Amino acid sequence: MKVSDLLKNSEFKCLNPQIGVEGEIKSGYVGDLLSWVMANAGNECAWVTIQTHVNIIAVATLLEMACVIIPEGAEVEESTLERAIIEDIPVITTGLNAYEVCKILGNAGV
Amino acid sequence: MSYELAFEVERGDFETAGGASRKIKKTLQQLGISSKIIRKVSIAGYEGEMNLAIHSWGGTILLEVAETEIILTIQDSGPGIPDLHLAMTEGWSTAGVEARRMGFGAGMGLPNMDRNADHFEIESKVGNGTKILMKFFL
Repeated sequence: MKVSDLLKNSEFKCLNPQIGVEGEIKSGYVGDLLSWVMANAGNECAWVTIQTHVNIIAVATLLEMACVIIPEGAEVEESTLERAIIEDIPVITTGLNAYEVCKILGNAGV
Repeated sequence: MSYELAFEVERGDFETAGGASRKIKKTLQQLGISSKIIRKVSIAGYEGEMNLAIHSWGGTILLEVAETEIILTIQDSGPGIPDLHLAMTEGWSTAGVEARRMGFGAGMGLPNMDRNADHFEIESKVGNGTKILMKFFL
């Protein structure tokens, strides 16, 4: 599925909609320990993390992720969004928890 | 083909840390290096960069691209690692509360570097600092 397909679900909102959301989500990954994510997440994945600081964009950029999904309504720092716009990484927020996000991704064939 | 690029990383600079790794990645893309190798260099470079920000008193990252290999040298001026064997053990970390709050301190930085590089060398002396040399074969 594409990031734009995920955004058709009203549970998800892109916090930097000025960038492209046509990237393909090829896999999903959940994790908050950045080194663990660096070691194990796949390229072009949707990464679900409760971390909201600017370094998540560094990790997402280096791994060429499709998007970052922040669950449970956690507030994202402004510096994170600024960096995400520069690096072209969609940052998506949702009130759902990580498990519920994964169910939606899985049901969509990711 | 030979190319060199150096970066300074300051202690505690979590906000801009990751910048050197991004530039390294972009440079390698411009040089036409394969995406598989870029991923390995990027991960190792980022771990090194974050280690400089979290643990060192500041240091440098040197990228060298030669005909048959990419070399990353990460060097700091201290404080040095008292027990290298322990530091290389997955899950062991001395990262502080702030770094852990941000998702660092998993104790995977050095092991991740070792895993991604084709050749990994580390030397450290308390009081003198740490030097890591990584090679990625093209």
